[in-house]
Amino acid sequence: MTRITVGNHYPTGSILHRTDPRVKLAGTVLYVTALLFVNNFLGFILAAVFIAALIKISKVPPRLIFRGLRMIFFMLVFAASINIFFTSGQNVLLHFGIIRITTEGLTLAAHMIARLVLIVTGTSMLTLTSTPIQLTDGIESGLRPLKVIKVPVHDIAMIMTIAMRSIPNLSEEMDKIMKAQKARGAELDTGSLTKRALSLVPILVPLFVSAFKWANELATAMEARCYRGDINRTRMKEMKMNAKDWAAAAIMLASVIAIAGTRWVI
Amino acid sequence: MQIIETKNLTHIYNKGSVFEKIALDDINLSINAGEIVALIGHTGSGKSTLIQHFNGLLMPTLGDVFIAGDSTGDKTKLKSIRQKAGLVFQYPEHQLFEPTVYADVAFGPTKMGLGQDEIDTRTREALKLVGLTEDCFEKSPFELSGGQKRRAAIAGVLAMRPEVLILDEPAAGLDPRGKDEILSQIQKMHTELGITVILVSHSMDDAAKLAQRILVMERGRITIDGSPTEVFSQGEVLQAIGLDLPQISKLMNRLAQENPAIQKGVFSLDAAAAELLTLARKGAEK
Repeated sequence: MTRITVGNHYPTGSILHRTDPRVKLAGTVLYVTALLFVNNFLGFILAAVFIAALIKISKVPPRLIFRGLRMIFFMLVFAASINIFFTSGQNVLLHFGIIRITTEGLTLAAHMIARLVLIVTGTSMLTLTSTPIQLTDGIESGLRPLKVIKVPVHDIAMIMTIAMRSIPNLSEEMDKIMKAQKARGAELDTGSLTKRALSLVPILVPLFVSAFKWANELATAMEARCYRGDINRTRMKEMKMNAKDWAAAAIMLASVIAIAGTRWVI
Repeated sequence: MQIIETKNLTHIYNKGSVFEKIALDDINLSINAGEIVALIGHTGSGKSTLIQHFNGLLMPTLGDVFIAGDSTGDKTKLKSIRQKAGLVFQYPEHQLFEPTVYADVAFGPTKMGLGQDEIDTRTREALKLVGLTEDCFEKSPFELSGGQKRRAAIAGVLAMRPEVLILDEPAAGLDPRGKDEILSQIQKMHTELGITVILVSHSMDDAAKLAQRILVMERGRITIDGSPTEVFSQGEVLQAIGLDLPQISKLMNRLAQENPAIQKGVFSLDAAAAELLTLARKGAEK
């Protein structure tokens, strides 16, 4: 019985958690864009201060955020070494055979690492402080203007919600099926690669059958309750921007402009 | 001879985290070969956790489990333990996956590495035991009825010729007829093959129909262990932990309150009728 949580929402009830998800979503998108503009250390320092302040406000333990960074560790090493070894520049620091390390290369690598780390911490602040449902609601509401050009915004949001909702179901079902097949002598973790791939068949077939069955039943249940997309549909939780949300939006916008603006300062 | 033995078996889920839960609490149990035992308890009482220890799907947090003398902790014995203790999960029809019923039942014996002839013999034998006829063999499992699917799944475990057959709620979700069929087939398997049967259920009526011995579980412990008569005469204890008595025991225990001459714990219709008839005759003689 392992608990699988979707996303990594960490509830603390802080003001950042209570902020309208649309503000946080838009803020994250703008923040990531701003980071792409940054080309000097002042910008990165500013962004780091901004994120550190957000972490403080959110009351999320910082170790959770660093755990997210651990996953991109190899990507960081890879990106940094490509920049260090393959950037041509004037100030050669080290020349050894085909290896040439230049100051330009080192700066570029440092920028790359700073940018990736800040993007990952920033986006994980979004998922840590909002539930998956808040996020999909936010996306639905934020994309509403696209309805004019016939994008089925509501349906996309509903699909995302149901997909997230079904993950715990599927993992539970898979656990049950794996145990049942093991009890019948299936060996899942031994043998050659082909053997192991084949041993997935007894798991995947029943899993798909049950997933389709689940989907079918859910569709029937939705139809029985007269679901017909967003026609005349009202929400239990209306999303309304209050004064605090507008203030948060203003602060975020100002910070993001400041971060991007450093490009033209120096 | 003891086929299953547990010593100080304790199992804790998510040990050391906030979700920590003691599922089994110091269980000492031995089940003899050839017994037919019913394991009864509420949802969350630890029944399913306990039976998953019987074939090494779960390992004890503390203590030991022995199947025919071998500890489930011995990795080299795990394969033979899983073959000796055949576990049929709840809704076993959800595990069917082969294109035909025959192939699905043959899955277990094939994995045991038996010869083609032996696989064929065991598959046919198992299908016959659960009462599926030749015309079903080449059908897709998904073409069968609910009761047939379940029997095909049980055959899949029987084909491995286990010494103990453990069934988790074998009658759950079936209509009354399918339920009676499954239960009488389990009875038949027990008499014909002489195998040990452990039946997990929350239905007292099912337990009363089949079991020679009843284990009642509550919050990870075995609270009552005895013959059906012994268990069903403790109506108050059972009701206190939220379990019901078989209909007929309820009636007889109620009558026993009025007339102490009536024996408590009667659990079959025939026994109850005999009991009341003797009493009536005695009354007439006076």
